[in-house]
Amino acid sequence: MKQIKTISDLEDLRKSILKQRDPEKITIRTCLSTGCRAKKSIKVISALEDELNNQGLQEKVEIKRTGCHGFCEMGPIMVIEPANIFYRQVKSEDIEDIVFETILKGNIVKRLLWKDAGTKEYTKTEQELPLYKKQKKHISYNSGKIDPTDIEDYIVADGYSALCKALSAMTPAEIVETVVASGLRGRGGGGFSTGLKWRICSVAPSDIKYIIANGDEGDPGAFMDRSLMEGDPHRIIEGMIIAAFAIGASRGFLYVREEYPIAIEHLSIAIQKAEEYGLLGNNIMGTGFDFNISINKGAGAFVCGEETALIISIEGKSGTPRSRPPYPAFEGLWGKPTIINNVETFGNITQIILKGADWYSNIGTTGSKGTKIFSLVGKVRNTGLVEVEMGTTLREIIFDIGGGIRKNRQFKAVQTGGPSGGCIPISKIDMPVDYDSLREAGAIMGSGGMIVMDETSCMVDIARYFLNFLLFESCGKCVPCREGLKQMHYILTNICEGNGERGDIETLAELGNFMISTSLCGLGATAANPVLSTLRYFHDEYLAHIYDKKCPAGVCKNLFEYMIDETLCNGCTLCRIRCPEKAISGEKKKPHRIDTAKCIKCGICYNSCKRQAVIVI
Amino acid sequence: MNFEKIDHILKEHEYKHSAIISIMQDVQGIENYLPEDTLRYISEKMELKLTRIFDIATFYKTFSLTPRGRHTIRVCSGTACHLGGAVKNLEQIQRTINIQEGETTDDRMFSLETVNCLGACALAPVMVIDEDYYDAVNPGDIEKFLSPYRSEPER
Repeated sequence: MKQIKTISDLEDLRKSILKQRDPEKITIRTCLSTGCRAKKSIKVISALEDELNNQGLQEKVEIKRTGCHGFCEMGPIMVIEPANIFYRQVKSEDIEDIVFETILKGNIVKRLLWKDAGTKEYTKTEQELPLYKKQKKHISYNSGKIDPTDIEDYIVADGYSALCKALSAMTPAEIVETVVASGLRGRGGGGFSTGLKWRICSVAPSDIKYIIANGDEGDPGAFMDRSLMEGDPHRIIEGMIIAAFAIGASRGFLYVREEYPIAIEHLSIAIQKAEEYGLLGNNIMGTGFDFNISINKGAGAFVCGEETALIISIEGKSGTPRSRPPYPAFEGLWGKPTIINNVETFGNITQIILKGADWYSNIGTTGSKGTKIFSLVGKVRNTGLVEVEMGTTLREIIFDIGGGIRKNRQFKAVQTGGPSGGCIPISKIDMPVDYDSLREAGAIMGSGGMIVMDETSCMVDIARYFLNFLLFESCGKCVPCREGLKQMHYILTNICEGNGERGDIETLAELGNFMISTSLCGLGATAANPVLSTLRYFHDEYLAHIYDKKCPAGVCKNLFEYMIDETLCNGCTLCRIRCPEKAISGEKKKPHRIDTAKCIKCGICYNSCKRQAVIVI
Repeated sequence: MNFEKIDHILKEHEYKHSAIISIMQDVQGIENYLPEDTLRYISEKMELKLTRIFDIATFYKTFSLTPRGRHTIRVCSGTACHLGGAVKNLEQIQRTINIQEGETTDDRMFSLETVNCLGACALAPVMVIDEDYYDAVNPGDIEKFLSPYRSEPER
């Protein structure tokens, strides 16, 4: 047991760990996060382990089981250090080649390298990948590099140094003012100044105060919090301890979605290890400061991402929001002053403390400081997590980092901010991404989901999708949200089914604006954003649905037909064989036809055709 | 219902009213749903009103008051999955096993659920059967993915 009993013990421990480690040792970084696990990385890693043992290399080569590398689509990922060789989509069958060629001979296995779909060029190392090259990894730096279940990995990576500095060289008030000066704003969606929240809470008169980390990442399309919790859990815990010291709290809660079992597992291990090492619990590093953290599992209610609902959920009730003020910083958990921040916000704290407010506030734009992790997904070529400086333009993120749109289709919109956000069109592609620009454009930063859409995405359907989502998640407490969502969803469903009428658009806008001004909590007040932003930028598509009874994107079932372009069809018969309704006819090597009366529009033919001969009309 | 196991769970959480959600999650872990007599038992043992327990059981999506099938199919309906064709996949599953979302097949083989977002958006559209993830699913794959579970012996 390496209990840290004084501040200086940590540095001694770090030195002793480093002494035992050989920086030149071949290390294979493998990902065990949700994405790679879904692609069977556990099996691949065990095959690697077996092969290394068979070759007697187990002492010479280290397998490091890390968190998310950010390029989830390419999983399972392996990075071989120190050469930094990046292999993607590794299967058990590839292990022999990796060991014999790369580990033993130093050769590259070309077929496992990442290949640019556009230029057809191979990339050899991780740092040269376009997805990573333009990123500024400050918060997600450790994720994919360290073993999240090994506290010593985190300590070697300067972990808990910020806590040392905070406890030994700063007063609580100095910490609060440093966070205020850094300009950090909440990463969960609202974008409120983190420092101000802390300041309010620190002066609130009470002996008992609480810290809550919000890991209830509910926005569909966002998974940066999951990756951070899975890949670098100590960073969040360290941020929470510093916050607790700054405001005088002795208990903390981590509220994590139940859908994230690996995040819960890694955080639990991290809490246990931090306690064992004397970095968490009673008398932290011998300073006399006590702070304990426990984990609460969410139970599948989106509204619990809202702070007042989350607090009520921790109290063991159904999580319905209440009106603010009083804000949680005055009156939070069990009526006591409470800081509730998103996990990514806590992830920012350590570097602010270590490098100072000036350093931090030099990154980003006037109103939005630091870096932000986005989950870049949808119809973009390179999907995954990207961390960029605030103020980076959408074009840089989607085209330079994301490699543009798949299948050479056209960019149509990017959706940010989840169900509270909006869709941003091509005309705003050069807009800098920060809190204020996004809000001006009718969207919000939200937790950082960025879902890219192309011409096969129907904007009316997307608006309906989000309303449908919220309809089920609305807690039902306030009338505007409960009834407004129902009515808007009813109208949009009619439009999507071909029953739209004159006046629908005006009613939608009226209802939407009414909900914004009268709803109880953020869920209702922002629920209309997806509708209003698509009305604003994609008005024509609404008109096509309502008046022409057409869905140009081929999504709304009643408003399009599949057809085979006979000039493109080579009669391969694949669609005919796969059609579950036997709606396709045609002889081998001759153009096929779809019987639209039989077609159920399941899309199997559309997805099967290798020549894109199945088209939407 | 195994009341011994429930007692153990209650004890672990020290009968704390604030821990009721965690308690119910753990209890649901036993039989994959919350039988009514179990909830009554918890209410009695914890001296907590049954209405509050039912409020929680019906408010949070994770809880089920009806038995689930041997295998649970969860179709992710996050934004990226929706764009990638999750609805078409869901419809194909519905046609294949002949139940709607939220239902269980008559032979208790499959339950079908949708989930807001699994946070595996880069792999969209995603479907999970029990603990197994399937990525980039399209309607033509459904039968192929489901059939191994049909022949699998009872867990």
